[in-house]
Amino acid sequence: MSAVSPPRRRGLAGDVLIVTTRELRPVAADPFSLVVGLIQPLFFLLLFGPLVVSGTTPGTAHPWAWFVPGILVMISLFGTAGTGSNLQYDLQDGSHERLLVTPLARSSLFVGRALKEFVPLVVQAVVVVLVMVPFGFRPHAGGGVLGLLLLGVLGVGIGSLSYALAIAVREQDWMFWTVHQTVLFPLMILSGMLLPLDEGPAWMRVLARFNPLTHVVEAERDLFAGRITTPEVGYGFLAAGTTAVLGFLLGLRALRAATH
Amino acid sequence: MISTSHLSRTFRAPGGEEVRAVRGIDLSVAREETVAVLGPNGAGKSTLMRMLSTLLPPTGGTARVAGFDVRTQAPQVRERIGYVGQGHGAGHAQRAVDEVVTQGRIHGLDRAAARARAAELLAALGLERLARRRTQAMSGGQRRRLDLAIGLVHLPELLFLDEPTTGLDPQNRDNLWEHIIGMRRRGGTTVVFSTHYLEEADRRADRIVVVDHGRVIADGTPAQLKQRHAGDRLTLETADPASAERLRGLVAAMDGVGTVTRRGAVVTGRAADGRAALPSAIVAARDQGITVVAADTRLPTLDDVFLELTGRSLRDVGEDPATGAEERGGPVTGVKDREGPTTCAEDREGPTTCAEDRGGPATGVEGGDRVPGQAA
Ligand SMILES: Nc1ncnc2c1ncn2[C@@H]1O[C@H](COP(=O)(O)OP(=O)(O)OP(=O)(O)O)[C@@H](O)[C@H]1O
Ligand SMILES: [Mg+2]
Repeated sequence: MSAVSPPRRRGLAGDVLIVTTRELRPVAADPFSLVVGLIQPLFFLLLFGPLVVSGTTPGTAHPWAWFVPGILVMISLFGTAGTGSNLQYDLQDGSHERLLVTPLARSSLFVGRALKEFVPLVVQAVVVVLVMVPFGFRPHAGGGVLGLLLLGVLGVGIGSLSYALAIAVREQDWMFWTVHQTVLFPLMILSGMLLPLDEGPAWMRVLARFNPLTHVVEAERDLFAGRITTPEVGYGFLAAGTTAVLGFLLGLRALRAATH
Repeated sequence: MISTSHLSRTFRAPGGEEVRAVRGIDLSVAREETVAVLGPNGAGKSTLMRMLSTLLPPTGGTARVAGFDVRTQAPQVRERIGYVGQGHGAGHAQRAVDEVVTQGRIHGLDRAAARARAAELLAALGLERLARRRTQAMSGGQRRRLDLAIGLVHLPELLFLDEPTTGLDPQNRDNLWEHIIGMRRRGGTTVVFSTHYLEEADRRADRIVVVDHGRVIADGTPAQLKQRHAGDRLTLETADPASAERLRGLVAAMDGVGTVTRRGAVVTGRAADGRAALPSAIVAARDQGITVVAADTRLPTLDDVFLELTGRSLRDVGEDPATGAEERGGPVTGVKDREGPTTCAEDREGPTTCAEDRGGPATGVEGGDRVPGQAA
């Protein structure tokens, strides 16, 4: 073996693949951690669900068809919004720095991490759907697959925003959780994922229109019910896609600022 | 392999205060050289290494590493170096072997080669039984060894190690150096490492660069540094502090002797040639009716060099600071300027030659006079 490092023959995609694989490895080694993340949403579904179901049920065939997609969006929100704290950990202990000294493209460090969010999220969503089938949830096959894809895109977007935030406030780690807590709950309530907003005050409905999550939730409800070509589905993908693009731009910018 | 010119880095702390961590370093390191960077905490060692490894852009000056400019050709530099930082480099949720293999893959090794090299390194560093353990469940020294395995996996032509052996037990420290020496033999790796263990620098480095307050304050082989900056240590003990104070004056006035201090009844000083100065001092003391109860001279250690250069030592505690400072002035230069220093210092590694050169105590008195001292 020669001491001369081999010249790099890998493109950006190869770099991203290495980073994503590395990020997924702890998840694969300990898949039970994914199940732990599902305990809370499942309790929501099974305990909170019947209450909502017996109350206001907007005109859907089965109440689960309204409630389950909302919970799936909740999982992608909560499952990925905190992911930036892992990066903060790595920024502090030097393992991120170690990767910065390698020939990996800088952008791949960020993109690879963000794309990693897709996998655990989709696995979790599949588990929830399968658990709910015995309770009477009947997802549309094609729509369901598109629904999972949409969830994945949203997760990548929220994950990137979380990373961008983590890098931006890396000197004050408490700041990360402060912003996280402040933003997450209003976003959740104002998306109508748990409670319908149709009866709420006008200002709430206006705010909800500007919340990308609202559109993703509505799109998921249509998709899982098999209504694939509605305008809501289009808006949902647009909202999730915009979130992802915005997250990438902010994240890459934060990373560049942090390393110079 | 490395050449820098006026390399500088200034940080702006949140309060707006400027920290000039590295101020104009000119350094050159040849291929296959092993260079130790020494310096007290906050001297700028890590900042220097982080600039050379492209982690931190310089705010002034230039640096070429492995043939490329660190600022404009960072990717080329990164392909050719290995870097082990002062902090931990392995992801806390990752398994040990995975991190080493991934690092090899990043540097372009194929899967089989990366696995083979990881196995070799983990064995060399005594980690083979921990290969499948998550790094967060490893001890500090085990994690440190893993960091090193990660940094060495691709057999880089140039290796930066920031305090590689801090936290390692002596056995593991030896294992690490054995491996690095093996790498040098295999591929002529150039090594730049920082350390606070002076004996490690003495033993492992071809060359030592001492950094303080962001500047290089000394640069040379261990033997040269001891020669140039320390001189022999002289210790004379008298019966009481009063006569010791008189003796201190006598010794300080001798040619080729500098930095004379007293603590209690003990006088210590630096001498260009301790074996010559010691008998002179004893004779001078006897002439003045001062009884010397014990006397000793020894070769300088790197500790002495470090103390001399940075002025930092626990031994300073309790000394009269005014006297100490005053006496650092004049005589010191005398020692530094002494003639033909290099050859003699290197001879000292083989003690016989040096002792013969200097003759016995009687000639030693004259020997002391031979030294040009302050006259230079
Ligand atoms: N990011 C930073 N912002 C502000 N000041 C910094 C930063 N990094 C280092 N410094 C300052 O620069 C100086 C040099 O630090 P450096 O880490 O290079 O020292 P060192 O020689 O490696 O010390 P040690 O032996 O403790 O590792 C110190 O005064 C340190 O406080
Ligand atoms: Mg340091």
